[in-house]
This record gives sequence, structure tokens and C-alpha cells, in this order.
Amino acid sequence: MTAAKANASEKEYDDIPGTFVFDADRSRQGYHINMFCMSLMKAENRKAFKENEASYLDRFALTPEQRKAILKRDYNRMLELGGNIYFTAKLGATDGHSFQHIAAVMTGATQEDYAKMMLAGGRSVEGNRSKSARHAPAKPATRKAAGKSTAKAGVKSSPRSAAKRAKKAGSKRG
Amino acid sequence: MARIIAGVSSSHVPAIGAAIDLKKTEEPYWKRVFSGFEKSKEWMANAKPDIVIAVYNDHASAFSVELIPTFALGCAAEFPPADEGWGPRPVPGVKGHPALASHIAQSVILDEFDLTIVNKMEVDHGLTVPLNLMFGSPAQWPCPVIPLAVNVVMYPPPTGHRCYMLGRAIRKAVRSYPEDLRVVVMGTGGMSHQISGPRAGLINSKFDKAYLDGLSRDPKKLTRISHMEFMREAGAEGIEMVMWLIMRGALDDKVKEVYRFYTVPASNTAVGHIILENIERKTKAGRPAPVRQSPSKGRRAAAHAPSLPSPASGGGRGGGLVVGSKR
Repeated sequence: MTAAKANASEKEYDDIPGTFVFDADRSRQGYHINMFCMSLMKAENRKAFKENEASYLDRFALTPEQRKAILKRDYNRMLELGGNIYFTAKLGATDGHSFQHIAAVMTGATQEDYAKMMLAGGRSVEGNRSKSARHAPAKPATRKAAGKSTAKAGVKSSPRSAAKRAKKAGSKRG
Repeated sequence: MARIIAGVSSSHVPAIGAAIDLKKTEEPYWKRVFSGFEKSKEWMANAKPDIVIAVYNDHASAFSVELIPTFALGCAAEFPPADEGWGPRPVPGVKGHPALASHIAQSVILDEFDLTIVNKMEVDHGLTVPLNLMFGSPAQWPCPVIPLAVNVVMYPPPTGHRCYMLGRAIRKAVRSYPEDLRVVVMGTGGMSHQISGPRAGLINSKFDKAYLDGLSRDPKKLTRISHMEFMREAGAEGIEMVMWLIMRGALDDKVKEVYRFYTVPASNTAVGHIILENIERKTKAGRPAPVRQSPSKGRRAAAHAPSLPSPASGGGRGGGLVVGSKR
């Protein structure tokens, strides 16, 4: 494990569930994923990519994992490996997918169910704030991360919202 | 003297632009969104600003990962609409105001905000969608627009407090511009949304409504929201609401809220919108004068004019003191 990865595991925002924050480390790591996606802004590149995806990807210095994630359209993995959503969305568009389609794919829902969830007010923040015990009660679903002490890495939030969180946070993960 | 008459904030959801371009605005789903901006268009038509300063973010259109400026001020005469993969949006090209833009750049850089100056740039939906919402779809935009692009794509974006202080510095710059111009500042983006990862679809209306309240009545409180809190509460991409604080910082402390609108969803996002007017005070000469800041508020301002040394400008701390923001 590299030093960068060790540091990454200590980042405060890694406590936010289901979220890959596109920070400087990911930006560096995913530079070529994002530049590949950026290249799809040009029609001739989209054409070349569609004709032979693997050989088009040879133009970019991607790691084998990054290549695999792109070829498999594993959008979450692309984000994890340094892709940024505004860039990977260009790959989705090249495939003819709407943004909502890609969002649904990342959440594991069908687009129809995802769209319904949005119409009903979206994914609730309750139970989706934190992997740790600090921002959600240590219910079985979230206990895994509770061992990681994040007490000192806490966010300064208003007493009002902290109190409400303690009271209300459930495990309504959508 | 140029002066800022009002601030407007609005979401800039790309799907809103697509709905306009594909003439879907009368469909029930979209009508719910667009009807909220009918009053805003009327307000804008009456306000008739000479110039709009539009704070927005680029979405991998003008800036890729090759170059990521935190604050980039458009000083060009024209900003063509960007091709975001489906051809450029069928909207008029944005005309800039190079003279005021350069004046702002010079003023805020001397106030220790190290802006990037952009003399050639295409603008994407982040800028053109809010223009549509406020101006409709005219053949030409009715006034010049100065784009201020803020990095909210790569973490960390500038802090809310830094944004607020930049707004303050922009206000000072505008006031020192000799021509008699009426300026509206727009802050765009938000509100709560997450469009990446398994938590995509997150919406937090409670946070959004409190943010709108704070914008109207207690913006200083909003400047203390940390990046963690934005991402946790309003979604990873909801952090772009820091841009609204540039708009708010450019207004007086006390403002009149003339309109607000909130609806969920537009595609993946909560749509929020507010119009805040500066309250004009008449001087003896009958000319409007700006509302003065209290000394304690001024002290924290990034007003480090070389001729005005103050305790806050010492120590090389830079223009912005970050309060309560743990990153």
C-alpha cells in the first residue's frame, strides 16, 4: 500500500457513505481517465472510440484497473480510481445515456426507480450522513465503520443539527 | 459610480437547459420548475441592469483537468457557448464587458485575491441556464455579462468565507468604477444534490431552506459552514453553493428579499432561487448611497488597500480568515 493510499484512508470525508470525493489525490490518480473522457467532446474521437474501444484507450496512459473500469462502464469504480463525474458523464453521453441513467447505475437502481425516488423528494440525508458512529447511531448496518475513531475528526456543525442527527438518524439507505 | 443593485442566486441544472432547448418547458414536470421563474423574469425586465456579473462553475467544458483555476474572471469581449458533447446550446453568445472586468481584476488582485484572468473562454450550461431562467430566450442577451468561474469540481473549492470576502472585494471594485452602471450579481449552482457514487440523488430540503434563510438574513453564519458539512448535508456536489456567497458578499449587509422559489427535483437536483435587493438610501443630493458596513464587519473584510493599513492586513495572512472550516 502506498503512502498516498494510507493517507487517503484517514481523510475525514471518507466517512461520508457512497461518496468518492474528487480531491487532489484522485485528480492526480485519475488524470488520464478524465483526459480520455474529455477527448470524447470531439465527434471524431467518439467515432474512433466506438469503432474499437480497446485500441482507442491505448492512446491514454491508463492503469489496467482504470481500463477495465472504463470498458465495463463501472462508473463507481471509475470515480474510485480518480475519475470525476463531470468527465465520466461524457462517456455516458457517448453511449447515448442521459445523466439520470448514469446516476441510477451508480446507485444500483433502475432509472425508473431512481427517477421515482427523485420525484418523491430524493434520497433522504437521514441515515446517509456518515459511516461512523458520530453522525449516525451504530446500528448493525453501520457498525462496520464504527471501530474507526472519528470522534476527533468531527465536523463543526450547529448544535441544532447535531442534536437532531443524534435523535433522528436512521438507516434509511436508498 | 457603478453600483450593485441586487443579487440573484439560482441553480444551473443542465437538464433545465435541455428542457428549454427541446421545448419541453410546458410539460408538467418542467412547468413546475419554470413557473417559479416567471416572476424573476419580470423582476429582471424591470431591474434592467447594465451589467451582470455571473458567478458559476465550468463543468469540464472550458477547463479540463489540465488547468484548474480557483477563481477565473472572464475579461474577454465575447464568450461563445461551449459544445458540451451535443453541440453548443442554441443560445446567444455572451457579450462581456472587458473594461469593468479588467477593473475588477486589478482591484481584487490588489485586495489580495489572486484571480486568474481569462481572455478566451467558452461558457457552458453553468452560465447560460441561469441567464435563460432570468432573461428567457431572447435573440441577444439584453446586457453584457462578466463570467466568474469558480472551481467546485476538484476538492477543495474555495471556502464559503473566502467566497464571501471575494464578493466584498468585488463590491468595492464595482463602486470604484467611474461609469454610472447598475450591476446585478448572480450566484449559481446548487442547491442540495449529489450526482456521483452510490449516494447519488441525495436531497436535503431542510438544509436548503435554512441556507436560503441565511442568505437573506444572516449570511455570515453561512460563511462558517465547513466543506465537510456541505458535502455531508447537501451532497458531494451541493458544495457548489459556496458560489452563492460571492454574490451575497457583493451585496450590502442588510438586503431586501424580494422573491424566492424552491422545488425538488429538476433531474437530480433541488432547485433554489432567491432575489435580494440592496436597500437604497438617499443622500442629501438625492442620489442613492450604499449602506455602510459596521466597523467590526469592515475589519474582517479583505480590504487591504495599501493606503489603509489595518490590523487585519498584517502578518501576511492573506485576504480571508477561514472561520470554523475544518478541511
